[in-house]
Amino acid sequence: MRGQPRRRAPWLALLALVLACGPDTGAGGSGAEAGKEPIKVGHFASLTGDTATFGQSTDRGIRMAIEEINARGGVLGRPLELISEDDRSITEEARSAAQKLLQRDQVVALLGEVASSRSLAAAPEAQRAKVPMISPASTNPKVTEVGNYVFRTCFIDPFQGAVMARFAQGELGAKRVAILFDFKQDYSVGLAEFFRNTFKELGGEIVADERYTSGDIEFRAQLTTIRAANPDAVFVPGYYTEVGLIAKQARELGLDVPLLGGDGWDSAKTLEIGGAAVEGYYFSNHYAADSDSPKVRAFVDGYRKQHGEVPDAMAALGYDAAGILADAMERAGRVEGEPLRAALAATRDYDGVTGRISIDEARNARKDAVVLKIEGGKFRFYRSVPAS
Amino acid sequence: MRARLLLVAGLALLVAADLALPRLLNPYYLTILTRIGVAVLAAASLQLVNGFTGQFSIGHAGFMAVGAYVSAALSVYAGADWLAGLSGALPAPLARGLYFPLPLLAGGAAAALAGFVVGIPALRLRGDYLAIATLGFGEIIRIAILNVDSVGGARGFSLASPSQPGLDLRYEGLGAIYAVVALSVGVIARLVYATGGLAFRAVREDEIAAEAVGVATTRVKVEAFVVSSFFAGVAGALFAHSEGYVHTNSFSFIRSFEVVVFVVLGGLGSISGAILAATVLTAAPELLRGLGEWRMILYSLLLIVTMLLRPQGLLGQRELVPSWLRRAAREPHGAP
Amino acid sequence: MENFLQQLLNGVTWGGIYALIALGYTMVYGVLKLINFAHGEVYMVGAMTGFYVAHALGFASQPSLAGLFVTLAAAMLACAALGALIERVAYRPLRLRGAGRLAPLITAIGVSLLLQNAGQLVFGADPKFFPSIIESRELLRVGSIALSNVQVVVLVTALALMAGLEFVVMRTRFGRAMRAVSFDAPAAALMGVPVDRVVLGTFVLGSALAAAAGILVGLSNPKIDPLMGVMPGIKAFVAAVLGGIGNIPGAMVGGLLLGVVETLVSGYLSSTYRDAIAFLVLIAILLYRPTGLFGTPQTEKV
Repeated sequence: MRGQPRRRAPWLALLALVLACGPDTGAGGSGAEAGKEPIKVGHFASLTGDTATFGQSTDRGIRMAIEEINARGGVLGRPLELISEDDRSITEEARSAAQKLLQRDQVVALLGEVASSRSLAAAPEAQRAKVPMISPASTNPKVTEVGNYVFRTCFIDPFQGAVMARFAQGELGAKRVAILFDFKQDYSVGLAEFFRNTFKELGGEIVADERYTSGDIEFRAQLTTIRAANPDAVFVPGYYTEVGLIAKQARELGLDVPLLGGDGWDSAKTLEIGGAAVEGYYFSNHYAADSDSPKVRAFVDGYRKQHGEVPDAMAALGYDAAGILADAMERAGRVEGEPLRAALAATRDYDGVTGRISIDEARNARKDAVVLKIEGGKFRFYRSVPAS
Repeated sequence: MRARLLLVAGLALLVAADLALPRLLNPYYLTILTRIGVAVLAAASLQLVNGFTGQFSIGHAGFMAVGAYVSAALSVYAGADWLAGLSGALPAPLARGLYFPLPLLAGGAAAALAGFVVGIPALRLRGDYLAIATLGFGEIIRIAILNVDSVGGARGFSLASPSQPGLDLRYEGLGAIYAVVALSVGVIARLVYATGGLAFRAVREDEIAAEAVGVATTRVKVEAFVVSSFFAGVAGALFAHSEGYVHTNSFSFIRSFEVVVFVVLGGLGSISGAILAATVLTAAPELLRGLGEWRMILYSLLLIVTMLLRPQGLLGQRELVPSWLRRAAREPHGAP
Repeated sequence: MENFLQQLLNGVTWGGIYALIALGYTMVYGVLKLINFAHGEVYMVGAMTGFYVAHALGFASQPSLAGLFVTLAAAMLACAALGALIERVAYRPLRLRGAGRLAPLITAIGVSLLLQNAGQLVFGADPKFFPSIIESRELLRVGSIALSNVQVVVLVTALALMAGLEFVVMRTRFGRAMRAVSFDAPAAALMGVPVDRVVLGTFVLGSALAAAAGILVGLSNPKIDPLMGVMPGIKAFVAAVLGGIGNIPGAMVGGLLLGVVETLVSGYLSSTYRDAIAFLVLIAILLYRPTGLFGTPQTEKV
């Protein structure tokens, strides 16, 4: 263009700034004592993007655990240093975030992810690098099938789906159940599948099978269809981000049968957004926040003090995953490699916030589930379900 | 002649890179470089339609998805057996090298078919209507794939064959990947800069005038669309085989927007510009990791500022190539 | 039959929201030929503003119609300012340089991303419960079809705002200036129409409407989060094109139609196909009536 002065300087400056940020500083961890070399642990999570709220929660739980461990003197006399990397809720970014932690930061263990799809993207890298990876919340059975370095400290879909199916049939006497699941989240799809199968095996009938997408705020169309099918109960294995509204709209439409869910419901948001609508509903979870157990009390109170709200399932699972990792390190007397892996695989009866956890041969967690009932605006312990 | 020698030298370099790079660079950097390669191919292929033919398409991720999933399905359900068979008879690297082009071609062909199916109706539209139609088709494709259970649905699709469980179906050889990218970009450049390629730009500049002087504008537009989709499919196939696991989340309209940004930022009508922009913008989020939550904010600011300061893109319509390469793209075979 | 009517009611209410957002898109496109991708985020900021204002002024604990008006006004003002800011900083410089149609589009995408990510940073990524500024009561029940006062408020407000906009566009000087610039910007400039001011005003109006949509959504579907504008933004744009982009009554009808179609598909088919079918319908309309339902066929002069 004639007469246009060259204005590249500011643009180039910005580009230079971008490149200068290259060698990353890495999110600092908690207190590295002078002279004691910190143990680097990596956490890859969705700290921004679609499912930022889950990643951030998990990160808070992990951080809290690590701070407590370090306050008690660390692991084998050394402090733990947590390095968290964001995958922006994008599948392939989980892999590069994990790689960055593995190769650039040289972490000895990897924690993550919540979404099974992102765990599946990253797990092969951990397996290849022979670095133990613990997923705190991925429920797709395939995740731990990737290799013997991949563990998880939560339920898998087959177990949890069956829990609620049996509860619906046995406890509530439901013979006709409708399902409303989140088509976009593998957690929800998996849980719905196993519920469906188990419920049918028990002789029940699935009278409606509706879907929604996470991020939706309008469910009346599906709920109207469900209402027309006249179910005894509705299974909603989604995340707390949608459950509150689903409950509200169900009530508005006059759908007054109980709604049932999984641990995705565990968050103060379910109560906040659902309000009176969620009263009398049930869901399966890892633990009950109103439990008398001193460990649970300490965790809930400590979290509330730090973050101003009651912890949700992700935070609790993150907390335990970090705790199990540290415990395994202590037991192995080593902080990395095969000895750590073997110690993780040998975890038995770890007393966690989310239950008494043992790692089985498939590297999944074996622990009891609890069924909670929403009463008086709170989650109340209703029934315990032993691990099969 | 010189072009040929350099071509051979280039290929040799890439093969050497294939062998040496995994020893020199850790997997993290290899992954970034692979992603850059995929982004470059995606950008170059979109440039053909958006930049050179002037058709505003923003559904590119849909075609990449088709390429990714079709190639992955081929590898998982049939290719694994072929590869296993080949590996029995030939040394492993050779077997893999022979097999690898198959899923790429399959992915590209399927995407080209999708491009044809989409292009015929969509290209009857102009400007922003075409944009929204392509956006729609991109989403329709993604949702359709999400509904196909045999490729995973919301659980994603792992490149793991049920009949050959131990077999690694991934292809991570950086040299080979870049060879494919370079070859593809070369084809696109040749297509556009050869004499026949003027037709694309004629359609871009003034479709009615072009029609008036005898350019078969519909055919030209569809051709651009189909070729572009083919290479988008190849990019998708490369992506699937280097990641080892695909999920439809990776092919949302956000991804389409990202590729459009590469093309516009680089300069509509400049292949080298698109390559440059694709490289910088794919590397940027990784380089900006140290900034935590500010990363994406800075990235979007970078976008805005660059467009405000240089709206024609980095290179406008110019190409950043030495003259011999320019000539090679233009001349038919064998010219000195 | 009851089911169908209920679905229809749901669809129309939802369509009203789409219509409000679509209006902003269509107006800006009309005067600038620009697809303002950041518009969905303005809707989000409107909802967030309402959230904070309602809490700050105590409407959350004391529901009232007056509270609704104040919140609505506050959000509309805030977003009007935001829209004006975006126009001045991100789009005007390009327009003045004659930068064509694609550069502003990229800038729009940049602004959209910026607002989403800044939103997550500033507001927090977790979903928020939008306070019940008016108490939800069931007004009418015919068989199993329920009509709540919230739905009535949403519909009435949406229609009132649309009527208001129609008045501004058809009966005021500014509206006339807007139509002139939409029709032929250079000619309008030559006739003395202050094009820059008109463009600014268009953004202000469109953003205010998006903010209203955000508040109304907060009332009827009280979960808000920083990414809530992404999908509705795209859908509203689809609605605008459906009605004939640049055509104001078209955007209203397009929004309502899209809302109804989506709801019916969700209810009778499957919500997984909802988005896909919305796009298919759109594409069908584009192919058989390319300028949208209400658009005037454009003859191209050679």
